[in-house]
Amino acid sequence: MNLDSKIPEGPIADKWDNHRFSSKLVNPANKRKYKIIVVGSGLAGGSAAATLGELGYNVDCFCYQDSPRRAHSIAAQGGINAAKNYQNDGDSVHRLFYDTVKGGDFRSREANVYRLAQVSTNIIDQCVAQGVPFAREYGGLLANRSFGGAQVSRTFYARGQTGQQLLLGAYSALSRQISSGQVKMHTREEMLDIVVVDGHAKGIISRNLTTGETNAWTADAVLLCTGGYGNVYYLSTNAIGCNVTATFRAYRRGAGFANPCFTQIHPTCIPVAGDHQSKLTLMSESLRNDGRVWVPKKAEDASKHPNDIPESDRDYYLERKYPSFGNLAPRDISSRSAKEACDEGRGVGPGGRGVYLDFSDSITRLGESAIRERYGNLFQMYERITGENAYQRPMRIYPAIHYTMGGLWVDYNLMTTIPGCFALGEANFSDHGANRLGASALMQGLSDGYFVIPYTIGDYLAKAGAGAISPDSAEVKEVMESVRERVDQLISSKGKRSSRSYHKELGQIMWEYAGMARNEKGLNKAIGQIQDLRDDFNKNLLVPGSGDNLNAELERAGRVRDFLDFGELLCRDALERNESCGGHFREEHQTEDGEALRDDENFAHAAVWEYDSDDKIPSRHQEKLTYDNVKLAVRSYK
Amino acid sequence: MKLFLKVWRQSDRNDEGRFETHTLDEVSEDSSFLEMMDQLNEQLLEEGTEPVVFDHDCREGICGMCSLTINGHPHGTENSTTTCQLHMRKFEDGDTITIEPFRARAFPVVKDLVVDRSAFDSITQAGGFITVRTGSAPDGNALPVPKNDSDRAMDAAACIGCGACVASCKNASAMLFTSAKAGHLNMLPQGQAEKDKRVLAMVSAMDEAGFGNCRNFGECSAACPKDISLDYIAKLNRDHIKAKIKSVFA
Amino acid sequence: MFASSIGKKYLMAVSGLVLIGFVFVHMAGNLQILMGQEKINAYAHALQSLPMPILWGSRLFLLAAVVVHAVTAYQLVVENRRARPQSNYIETTKKAGLASLRMGLTGSILLAFIIFHLLHFTIRLIYPEYDEMMTTVGSPDSNKIHDVYTMVIKGFQHTWISIFYVVAMFLLCGHLAHGVSSTFQSLGIRSENWRAKLELAAKAYAWVIFAGFSIVPLLVLAQNWGMINIFNFSSGMEPLALN
Repeated sequence: MNLDSKIPEGPIADKWDNHRFSSKLVNPANKRKYKIIVVGSGLAGGSAAATLGELGYNVDCFCYQDSPRRAHSIAAQGGINAAKNYQNDGDSVHRLFYDTVKGGDFRSREANVYRLAQVSTNIIDQCVAQGVPFAREYGGLLANRSFGGAQVSRTFYARGQTGQQLLLGAYSALSRQISSGQVKMHTREEMLDIVVVDGHAKGIISRNLTTGETNAWTADAVLLCTGGYGNVYYLSTNAIGCNVTATFRAYRRGAGFANPCFTQIHPTCIPVAGDHQSKLTLMSESLRNDGRVWVPKKAEDASKHPNDIPESDRDYYLERKYPSFGNLAPRDISSRSAKEACDEGRGVGPGGRGVYLDFSDSITRLGESAIRERYGNLFQMYERITGENAYQRPMRIYPAIHYTMGGLWVDYNLMTTIPGCFALGEANFSDHGANRLGASALMQGLSDGYFVIPYTIGDYLAKAGAGAISPDSAEVKEVMESVRERVDQLISSKGKRSSRSYHKELGQIMWEYAGMARNEKGLNKAIGQIQDLRDDFNKNLLVPGSGDNLNAELERAGRVRDFLDFGELLCRDALERNESCGGHFREEHQTEDGEALRDDENFAHAAVWEYDSDDKIPSRHQEKLTYDNVKLAVRSYK
Repeated sequence: MKLFLKVWRQSDRNDEGRFETHTLDEVSEDSSFLEMMDQLNEQLLEEGTEPVVFDHDCREGICGMCSLTINGHPHGTENSTTTCQLHMRKFEDGDTITIEPFRARAFPVVKDLVVDRSAFDSITQAGGFITVRTGSAPDGNALPVPKNDSDRAMDAAACIGCGACVASCKNASAMLFTSAKAGHLNMLPQGQAEKDKRVLAMVSAMDEAGFGNCRNFGECSAACPKDISLDYIAKLNRDHIKAKIKSVFA
Repeated sequence: MFASSIGKKYLMAVSGLVLIGFVFVHMAGNLQILMGQEKINAYAHALQSLPMPILWGSRLFLLAAVVVHAVTAYQLVVENRRARPQSNYIETTKKAGLASLRMGLTGSILLAFIIFHLLHFTIRLIYPEYDEMMTTVGSPDSNKIHDVYTMVIKGFQHTWISIFYVVAMFLLCGHLAHGVSSTFQSLGIRSENWRAKLELAAKAYAWVIFAGFSIVPLLVLAQNWGMINIFNFSSGMEPLALN
């Protein structure tokens, strides 16, 4: 597998400029001869489709939802980082770059991250001009707040709905292109495979979810902007429909999949309430500014009412273990500590998987009204879901899968190992390493879509030349046939178990053995269990109804089928990465105090998996990561 | 808890549709309404019947995909709540719950409880944008925006496009949606250049899509999970007449 | 200009505003009957004696307002029914009250009432004998003028007619309770800041109109039943046979 990252020559600050100059351009009049397929309509896909359409390319954009505006980018709450330095507090492109590389625990590609920091400022300008209602100060200028992992205020936000507002901005730009005819939007149309002809991506096969038709679409390039794979854990903060199918199908057709084991767990989610649970809800991390995390010291107190547990019987474990950072310890560290406490039987709430986030001290100190003013909407959300009043009894929180740093391997041009197939946003692997900092996901999605792909795709297209193949050609027909077979096989599964029950069981395996803490024995066990589960799935799956109309069970069955394969790949990657870094914590590799122990000697690389066949274990390749501008260092939050 | 469900079933747009009743036992009061629907579907699967299709995605009240008219109210009786945020503890053991799709000519039923809300997209495509070429934007702080205007724009922009306003309106009017979308941009200095054009185009797209007329019931705002204010409708009325008059004299 | 949905709402609002103003003036004029035969007759005569263009101009203007209001309302109702062809199994509301939901019904009955009212007291086709009620009371000179006072009192002595008038005014009250505030909304000059106050004022206005219009027929009936004695029942010609 050729893993040439194509990092441009020159000092890091000049690489992007040099690259843009040396890239070939497509003449404006020729752009209309090219067709581009964009799969996904979130921040990455929406902004890419809009911008490429505006440049004059013919774009077909696809999403499984009923409208491009519903992509899950919409759920991001906190904000978007940019090195604007409007606060005059010492921020710079280099500092944002540095924070991101360090926050990613030195497993991201320096050149990509630097470019991300460079274009971050353009994103804010673009969004403001689109009418994104960012928070403002009384003088009318943009407001900022600080976020985890940074010592400057560089986060722009629109109340607690930043993702929604940025997505609506991209959606409005996309809508403009749709009305002008430059972009054709295909909603409720799910990509099920990619067409590769002579080694180049030339189209996709999709299924119309309303009519059940299988359709072939051809183009000169395919952009996969299909988000992350957090739903392999069944319960996550992702939307129900989020899936790995698009990227996994590309992987099966030759795209390398990088670092699937890099998953991010968010410490402040509302815990699972019972077996009925279908989704986890994130509570803003800002709550940890005024809440104290604790569990009972004695396991037998776990079932007591929290207010009946005296102060002396409470263990404020974050304050105890990390005196200098206390309740504000980073995401991965506080998540793992919560798990430890619950593993010791001291977890609270249904199922014993929860810890208290207690505001009583802050309420005593600042008054209830001050807390209400700061977090009123979050307390309300908490009450709606749990039925408990967090002003009177401590909140219960527990970590949950939130984001996946791994994804399709891409070079500096965001191109996968299949020429002509690009991956943008959360679907690729490049910028966040082993851990993503808060407010950086939105930045990356929009950077890729608005400011990177419009340049890099031109270089590819100019060199490859226009020449979309016919949807009726034999190569397309062949892929189409294989997709039809796959769908037919699912729809003829008239066994006993629903796809949801398989998904749930897969999620339990993943969470147990490949969740917050992993070890060799567990991962091997998980791989075996997943294989067994997959065999059972192939025999006993039940898909009701037919394939010629809206059939949610059929949709889910297809997605779960790919998750079953992908889950195994994730575990394999976790097994092979014999170190702890960022969100990947291997219990065998920790310091005496239980902190993550990185192995830069052997693992300062991206692990890239190449598919061979269903019978063979995929092969693992490496892209060596070099750090010329940031010194490798150990993170410490003691 | 035990529930009696009266659920709308309709095989496609042309089917007449009918109610089906189901009894559901052991519903956890901690589950959300959609999780209750999941449970119903698992039960239907076991019974060998086709599950009920309904729209949903983020299940945290922001994507706007979930719909459902529950006991006559879009998103149910709770205020400021989407269906996915509605929890079963708001119901009583033994309740009968009637579940219908969002009803409007402009929202044809696709299947069961799923309706086609693409008419909303066509309204946005008509003018719900500010024309700004990627890369040509001035510095974000080049144009100060009074905080109050920005806040009010944000109030309007909070709309999730779920269509509860249309479903709650006896006339199936889309004025709250259209006014929120237009109002968000019209409130900001960036949106001034295209304001008149936007208002006229969006209103005519709204009319063409087959929505009814606003009768100032105020029901839309009461049903809105994001509490979009009727002020935006007043503003759209105002902006529309101004644009019309200008277009006559231009 | 008025083809769009919002354009039609403007037509409704502007024509509505004309009628909202008219009912107040009309009511104020009517109430002069309580100040005696001379006052009301003189007022009516003065109105009738306005120069022809002003008199007929106003009449046509008002007629136009009613026609525009009614025709546009009809168009809107047709469009609205088409927009929501299927109703919910459970039709309910969180906020909208009867007054706003039943504008079509109250409006239709009011239209019927207006036609009856014109035939009754203005064109006087229902009781042509009203035309012959002439008197010098209230006349600016010695010429006989139309005896509005007698006509109204005789008119309201018919119990069912009076009840119809009062019921119609109650419906008008409901129509105004939603219509007045709604007019401001349609014109784009209502905001949440003063909406509560506006709605209160609109409701107060609606009840004032109701009271002002209903008091005359109610008092006539009360006197008919011997409860009070404030009108001069024996004015004008011989009492008409009541049917």
